[in-house]
Amino acid sequence: MVCDVCKTNQATVFLTQIVDGKMQKVNLCEACSKEKGVTDPTGFALADLLLGLGAAQEIEKSGNLQKCPACGFSQADFKKTGRLGCALCYDTFSEGLNSLLKAMHKGTAHVGKMPARLIESMQLETEMKNLQKELEKAIEEEDYESAAELRDQIKNLEKKSEAKP
Amino acid sequence: MKLSNAFFNSGEWLKGDGPHNQIVISSRVRLARNLKNHAFPGWAKKTERLQILEEIKPDVEALPEMQDAFSELLQDLSALEKQVLVERHLISREHAAKSIGSAVVMNRKQTLSIMINEEDHLRMQAIRSGLQLKNVFKMIDKVDSALEAKLDFAFHPKLGYLTACPSNVGTGMRASAMVHLPALVLSEQINQIVQAVNKIGLAVRGLYGEGTEAMGNLFQVSNQITLGEREDEMIGRLNKVIEQVIEHEQNARKMLLSKRPATLLDQIGRGYGILTHAYSMTSKEALNLLSFMKLGIDLELFPVECQSAIDELFMETQPAHLQKGSQQKLAAEERDSLRAEIIRDKLKSFPKPDITKVEEGGRASREEKNDE
Repeated sequence: MVCDVCKTNQATVFLTQIVDGKMQKVNLCEACSKEKGVTDPTGFALADLLLGLGAAQEIEKSGNLQKCPACGFSQADFKKTGRLGCALCYDTFSEGLNSLLKAMHKGTAHVGKMPARLIESMQLETEMKNLQKELEKAIEEEDYESAAELRDQIKNLEKKSEAKP
Repeated sequence: MKLSNAFFNSGEWLKGDGPHNQIVISSRVRLARNLKNHAFPGWAKKTERLQILEEIKPDVEALPEMQDAFSELLQDLSALEKQVLVERHLISREHAAKSIGSAVVMNRKQTLSIMINEEDHLRMQAIRSGLQLKNVFKMIDKVDSALEAKLDFAFHPKLGYLTACPSNVGTGMRASAMVHLPALVLSEQINQIVQAVNKIGLAVRGLYGEGTEAMGNLFQVSNQITLGEREDEMIGRLNKVIEQVIEHEQNARKMLLSKRPATLLDQIGRGYGILTHAYSMTSKEALNLLSFMKLGIDLELFPVECQSAIDELFMETQPAHLQKGSQQKLAAEERDSLRAEIIRDKLKSFPKPDITKVEEGGRASREEKNDE
């Protein structure tokens, strides 16, 4: 059996780790196991290695979509480099990536910083939705005076969001 | 401003006057960002990389923090200059391998450095001396917010900031501290510490990051996870862990002083003897011996004025720094003898280690034992 990393030397180190109930196996030669710091199984995270190996297998499972429509990046390319092609690749290969991200990180949802303009547009969106609801209610209750007012407010917000890039 | 001037003024973080500076050399935070409408640098063709560079570089140079900055295209830097920047942790080893289509912009104090078209379109880092991760994060966060107002970053509502490598997605943040842990190495506790730190999702690496050897008892502790934890939480957690590592190192020093003073003195004495008398020295040997000199200063075996000389030697004995003054590239053997010469010269007026303090400590602990 050859080493999964260098693909040349005979593998002598066989690692199995269970992450979230899924078994992952990696075969390494002496040199690569040292390089990857596989001296102690408890301190060693397979997630590191997954980048180049398991990740590609995971992504293969996402099946149908062979290439990213935006940049032409394929599963084979990911297998080779462990890096993605462009931002859209995250959607293209989302199915396989999800389980990979789960194994690598603390969850699969970002909870940190967001671009300010995105926060603004999100606020605008919720505000718009709320007004829309109120408008529907006003129409239902045949309160046409409020409905007209709400409609104007919505129009203003629409203008505001269009003015933004 | 040409980069070459930067080589002779050492960066602010090298001065070593930050908090907890005896054990924590530096704190660093880097953020990875990408433009929405371009392929990542590793996948983009040369023309696209040049477009990306053209889009990003003017905005980076226009930052108020980058007034009077050093801004260089990677193809305009010599291999030696790139290596000097790597040794100063201002660019990554990966970035040093780049050429056309990549650039680096850094401020005069060398506390901020922005790599364009590294693995991601933007890799921005702030570095300061000592343990001050929160401040460092604030610095780079401000830069990020300023750039985000001008550039359209790739951001996914669920996954956060998108990066070329899935291991950076989310915050795109890697926060790290470089720690000097000679006593934990000497007392063979370091593996336990490394394992414990690994278990809580943090990584411990060698001097130059992933896959590099730990030389000179220097280690980098950093976060591994970038998705599912807020930046400030992550930094707070890392900070706590490093404070604990500092405490362990201090305890290990106390323990060595009282229980094994001979081991400690032997290491420091050998360091002093070899450094002041060697005529050929590899950079690895130099780092390992300088580490014990630094420990000697921390333990007051050498006067505190000696600190800056040792700190300077840590950097000046690195291969590229060693050669920056000479006209041509030196062979390994020439480097080793030049290195030994520089060290001997710098330590010429260094006093011998004053061992009275350690002997007192040893005696006190023996007396304690006798009392029992």
